[in-house]
Amino acid sequence: MKLRRALLIGLPVLLAGCTRRPMGYLEGAAGPASIPVQRLGNGFVAIACAVVLIILAMLLLAIANGRRATREQGGVVRSGTHGLAWIYWGIGVSTPVLVAMTLWNFVVTREVSAAPAYLPVDVEITAHRWWWEMRYRATPASDMITTANELVIPTGAPVRLRLTSADVIHDFWVPKLGPKMDMEPGQWNTTWLEADRPGVYFGQCAEYCGLEHAKMGLRVVALGPAQYAAWQRGMRQPAPASATRGAQVFIASCSGCHTVRGTDAGGILGPDLTHVASRGTLAAGLLPNTPAGRLRWLSATQQVKPGAQMPQVALDQADLAAVAGYLGSLR
Amino acid sequence: MATIASDLPRDGVVADRGTLAPASPNPPDLAARLEDIWKETPGVRGWFSTVDHKVIGIRYMITAFVFLLVGGLEALTMRVQLAQPDARVLTPEQYNQLFSMHGVTMIFLYALPMLSGFSNYLWPLLLGSRDMAFPRLNALSYWLFLAAGVFLYISFPLGAAPDGGWFDYVPNAGREYSPGPNIDVYALGLIFLGISTTVGSANFVVTLLRMRAPGLSINRLPIIVWGTLTASVANLFAVPAVSLACLMLWLDRNYGTNFFHVQGGGQPLLWQHLFWMFGHPWVYAIVLPAMGLVSDALPVHCRRPLVGYTPVAMGTVFTMVIGFGVWLHHMFASGIPVLALSFFSAASFIITIPSAIAVFAWIATIHTGRVKFTVPFLYFAGFVLLFVMGGVSGILTASLALDWQLTDTYFVVAHLHYVLLGINVFPVIGAIYHWFPKMTGRMLPERLGRWTFATMFIGFNLAFFPMHWLGLTGMPRRVWTYGAQMGWGTANLIVSIGAFLFALGFVLFLLNLWQGLRRGAIAGPNPWDAPTLEWSMSSPPPLYNYAVIPIVASRHPLWEDRLDEVGDRTTFDRGFLLDNGKETLGVSPLDGEPAVILKMPQDSLLPVSLAIALLVLFCALLVHQALLAGIALLALLVVLVMWFQPHPSPIESERVRMYE
Amino acid sequence: MSEARTLDATLPVHGQGRIGTPWWGMLCLIATEGILFAYLIFAYAYLGSQGAGDWPPGGAPALKLALPATVLLVGSSFVLEWGKRAARAGRLAHSRWAVGITLLMGAAFAALEFREWTNKPFSLSSDSYGSIYFLLTGTHLAHVVIGLIGLAVMFAWGLAGKLGQGHEQHRALITLYWHFVDVVWLFVFVTVYLSPRLT
Repeated sequence: MKLRRALLIGLPVLLAGCTRRPMGYLEGAAGPASIPVQRLGNGFVAIACAVVLIILAMLLLAIANGRRATREQGGVVRSGTHGLAWIYWGIGVSTPVLVAMTLWNFVVTREVSAAPAYLPVDVEITAHRWWWEMRYRATPASDMITTANELVIPTGAPVRLRLTSADVIHDFWVPKLGPKMDMEPGQWNTTWLEADRPGVYFGQCAEYCGLEHAKMGLRVVALGPAQYAAWQRGMRQPAPASATRGAQVFIASCSGCHTVRGTDAGGILGPDLTHVASRGTLAAGLLPNTPAGRLRWLSATQQVKPGAQMPQVALDQADLAAVAGYLGSLR
Repeated sequence: MATIASDLPRDGVVADRGTLAPASPNPPDLAARLEDIWKETPGVRGWFSTVDHKVIGIRYMITAFVFLLVGGLEALTMRVQLAQPDARVLTPEQYNQLFSMHGVTMIFLYALPMLSGFSNYLWPLLLGSRDMAFPRLNALSYWLFLAAGVFLYISFPLGAAPDGGWFDYVPNAGREYSPGPNIDVYALGLIFLGISTTVGSANFVVTLLRMRAPGLSINRLPIIVWGTLTASVANLFAVPAVSLACLMLWLDRNYGTNFFHVQGGGQPLLWQHLFWMFGHPWVYAIVLPAMGLVSDALPVHCRRPLVGYTPVAMGTVFTMVIGFGVWLHHMFASGIPVLALSFFSAASFIITIPSAIAVFAWIATIHTGRVKFTVPFLYFAGFVLLFVMGGVSGILTASLALDWQLTDTYFVVAHLHYVLLGINVFPVIGAIYHWFPKMTGRMLPERLGRWTFATMFIGFNLAFFPMHWLGLTGMPRRVWTYGAQMGWGTANLIVSIGAFLFALGFVLFLLNLWQGLRRGAIAGPNPWDAPTLEWSMSSPPPLYNYAVIPIVASRHPLWEDRLDEVGDRTTFDRGFLLDNGKETLGVSPLDGEPAVILKMPQDSLLPVSLAIALLVLFCALLVHQALLAGIALLALLVVLVMWFQPHPSPIESERVRMYE
Repeated sequence: MSEARTLDATLPVHGQGRIGTPWWGMLCLIATEGILFAYLIFAYAYLGSQGAGDWPPGGAPALKLALPATVLLVGSSFVLEWGKRAARAGRLAHSRWAVGITLLMGAAFAALEFREWTNKPFSLSSDSYGSIYFLLTGTHLAHVVIGLIGLAVMFAWGLAGKLGQGHEQHRALITLYWHFVDVVWLFVFVTVYLSPRLT
């Protein structure tokens, strides 16, 4: 337990500190859905820089030549010669480069968009205004896992993502693992990703979805196979029964929106909290999931995420601390 | 003939320009008679009823420039918020209204109207005509633009500015998730503005087809005419898409229809299709005329004709045509099947080629010309670099696989600002320096102009170049703040500093304008020694443009002697006089053969009345007042009946008045 | 020495009554409004192809009222065209009759459309089909109504003696517009009434 908790909280903090650009996709790509695009992106950026520098050089050369002509001939009006050659050569050289880039683009597009034939992990993700609901498909149905905001996957296994939205259009995007895909209400869009190595990968909603679009973050945690299996077993357990003050206040104040399996809390408006303490962050990537973080979220909800659908719960300090403690026990 | 010493003094102040005679004759007896015929109504009534294209063009430009400054202030406010991570200068609601209105203002209320203003002013002068085809409709298109801008902006002080982005994707923009009137303002405002755009576009198309000087065949038209013509034809076909989308949005929000509403069988993506079917041609409509301005003005400062006139003109048209076939590249991440998207990705790569023709043409013109470091030249040279930078970032976004990472990040923000500011604003500023002397009769200051250019150019690149890096490191768009651990803080600070430096450039530019108007050197008819028709008359031009309609023989009427071109010379001192009332010449569409005499209308209050009636109508629709809407519709009908009143005694033909 | 002279040669004068630039302006209007209907038909096809279930949900709409309405509208175009040519030949009374008859036929078309609308089991807000059906036919009907108002004004001007033989342009513009409304209806008719029967 302690080891798992240490890993699951320590790992994101550790790795987040290690990655200076957690959302960048031209370095650190970690899977077959993102590495080809990293190569393509770096290549295209290099070509783009080269083109700009070449054109800049041509422009400066042209200006220098034009200035020389002025010094020699004054500002006399005259029709020039050989001007059209610039256009022919320019288009003539640019077009093959453009065609090559187009073909490379198509090769990578095929590679990245075609999911492998067998995807052992299958997750339905429903976007809400400003949080993510994840349901891991399984047979038997009792093995289904419901969680929120943090997608845990095994390394080395392709994961199918079935994306939809409960309200407006959102977009699922974890740059180091794969391309974006819109999440639209009334429709299922399918994509896939795979992580080659363990780590925590940052994501964010990438389609303007209203007030707090900026604060709809996402984490993907890739675990080695053994750890993933252990995580699955833990997630399938219901929460232990608890008679603490925190649990009681939770049932009274929070169960209208949140579910904790194994208790009477069965609300479906907000994220499933059965194993909330196993996640690295709170409020869709906004706060660290530490005692301090949990207390801050409960006591200053609308300050942390103004406009969030979760209202500021009217509880006194003692009760807030109790609930925070209870949440901390839901591993 | 008027020729001017071809070396401009370094400080731009030239003596005795005002005494040089214009190429187009305007002897006092003719001038007096024509002034009397074309005189404007005086006073306040005249201000509201003018149909003079030059006045309307300048009004367009000033109004558009005011919107540019307003949009710029919106941007600066956003940049203060984004300069540091986790800042709380603005609330998310305020930020979302700001970025939405910034986009709407710049793309709709500045970009096209500014170019419409230039074209409105220049076209009849360039085409050898006395006015546009529909002078009253011209006035109407301006008043509608102003009214629509007012309509969109009344929402701001009421705290109800549109906040769904400039693109307002549904369902976010639907009634359920945007309950206030904000999006209704947006939807109705865009329909309103669309009427102005459509009316203006029709005016340009018909003017080009019929109202030219004899001999001005289609292969002698300045590139600005090609650019604006292309944009106008495109707008006639593109604007209805967004008007329809906005109408559907307004109906969904107010009358429970189900065009986009998922529960009723609607399709959210229908909005995106219709919006981008309009949106992509629109972005070409707001840059092609500006490219035309450069293609016409840059060669003057290189003392030679444009290299590759035909490829550039054809490139303009082809860019627009292909531009109708790339709209899905705005929807690459929407889950549409990859095969379909691949066609649009390929088209988005290909569209680079006709644009590249113009780039090489400009570089060739500079290389083979005799360059003068005038202020316009600096802006045009800078523009070529910014064009290419915007173009290559566009190639990156054209790639389907790469766009799946780039889209909705700051990379696209960088790309769109390089293309929109680089290909619209920089040419426009340069064009203002170039044509200000013609419009006002005074030169803008050279030295201050150079400092202004340097400030703007450095500020612009400082502000927008780091955005490429921000996008490549994953910063999403349309976010009111970002976390400190993302590593974006420093770059954002640089961007914000650059934005303020760029804004300082605009302050300097306003100082330029003020100085120019107050104590600029007298310009005379042709201070740059330029070749085209507008430089053949006094600065500013007479009310009636040409006393004698010239007979055009080439693309460069005022340079014919020096270009050694074999063939006829353009005739200025003999031609159609047409002083039997307000008249101008109508020609055959392709060859420019004189065909008819066209009677021009007097000043009229009908255009402004129509605009006011429409403003009342749209306000009534916004607040659901059916009776008021009915009254406005009735007023509309009355104005239209008056507008189309049959002439009591139409004449069939007239004996031609010539000057020879 | 140059001077102003009046030649014996004449040029036609347009813009006061003869056909001039406003005719080209009407072509631009037709282009932009025409493409509007193309976008509407695109929306109809898109909603139909992307939605679940039958399209139209209640089966193909009945032709009972639409077919006679189509005949009336198409016929009225012929009448108005005949009237325009009659005016050109000097028979102004005939052209006034033509405008009046076109007005009546057009109004009958509108009446049949309204009747059809009230008979529908669905409304504007029932579902996506209802919405696009009423918007497509409604946009067309709005264009018809604008045309009817124009025809009524022409009729009134004709009675008041304001329209002489020289006012060719007014007649040409209203006729062109009315033909446009007619042709658009054929596209709408094929889309809404015939295309469901083809599948």
